[in-house]
Amino acid sequence: MNAPVATVDWPDQLYATLKRADVRQVGYVPDAGHARLIDRVRADSDIHDVVLSTEEEGIALAAGAWLGGQRAVLLMQSSGVGNCVNMLSLARTCRFPLLMMITMRGEWEEFNPWQQPMGSIVEPVMKLNEAEIYRATKPEEVEGLAERAVQHVFGDERIAALILSQQLIGKKVWTK
Amino acid sequence: MTAQTTAGPDGKLDRRAAMAALLADRGDDLVAIPGLGSTCWDLAAAGDNDRNFYLWGAMGGAAMVGLGLALAQPERRVLVVTGDGEMLMGMGSLATIGIKRPANLAVVVFDNGHYGETGMQPSHTNGGRVDLVAVAKGCGIETALDVRDEAGLAGLVERLKTLHDRGSGVGPLFARLAISAAEAPRVLPERDGVVLKNRFRAAIGLKA
Repeated sequence: MNAPVATVDWPDQLYATLKRADVRQVGYVPDAGHARLIDRVRADSDIHDVVLSTEEEGIALAAGAWLGGQRAVLLMQSSGVGNCVNMLSLARTCRFPLLMMITMRGEWEEFNPWQQPMGSIVEPVMKLNEAEIYRATKPEEVEGLAERAVQHVFGDERIAALILSQQLIGKKVWTK
Repeated sequence: MTAQTTAGPDGKLDRRAAMAALLADRGDDLVAIPGLGSTCWDLAAAGDNDRNFYLWGAMGGAAMVGLGLALAQPERRVLVVTGDGEMLMGMGSLATIGIKRPANLAVVVFDNGHYGETGMQPSHTNGGRVDLVAVAKGCGIETALDVRDEAGLAGLVERLKTLHDRGSGVGPLFARLAISAAEAPRVLPERDGVVLKNRFRAAIGLKA
């Protein structure tokens, strides 16, 4: 495994941040970078874990959760951002709080060139959709950025993208 | 339920009469989400209510808004009523709902086989070529009803009354209604999304 040895256990810190924020629904399309957080969420009976068939479902899920008085977050890989674009109009038009945690591909030590086109436009696409960007590159900065994103989203009913860089997550090991 | 002119000119169910039947005596515990387009106007025509959240966009998202709401409010009955085109765009959400299985969620599709808002182009369900009931069943939603007449509609109305009483282990409800392709006059509800959101939350006792 070539991934750097994590001195800070940032996936567990993200889970703790979600718990402190009383997030009760987590929609996700799986990504290796989110694997530990997904495991923690699935093991938590106080959180509805909702595996999605496509990321845009999670935008609508979060809107419904807020209508019903619960906070939701959406976990996805960078490739899923493109799947969300029209559905983001729901959050923007109605000012639904929406926190997306996005694990990056296609930007650092990427073996698969098919990841680059979407990965390279994640931030501009998110900015065009009125999302505040919080980008984490080092393990020790994840928790603080996540806390700020939570405040931005749920404190003021806004959209934020917590971008978890490929450098943070570590190189994917390709073996045949 | 009263059997009041629920048939359209082609013998299929009239969309306005069907919506009125579904919402009659709705009670305080029923919340309603329409898909964009005709079902949104149908819901408005059945009588405005703060516990309606009208979608004017977000095509393909109606059932998922319903899922998030159903999970957050397990004591309320959540009724999503959408069209065949909107459901086709969000067909994967039936798989997602089939996995989560909230017993208090009903997804009802008014299937006229056409895209009504854009000039009545035929949809995939036209002529029964794509069967949304079979799709729902294939997604693990065991209670998937094919409603073709007034008797079927009356049965659906009865099932909706006890949506939240079916107990754990019983999944969500899906119904496809064979709806007349006759168009009804537009009845336009509030379209400010922030107003709709806040009035909905206030109506169910949350901070707006």
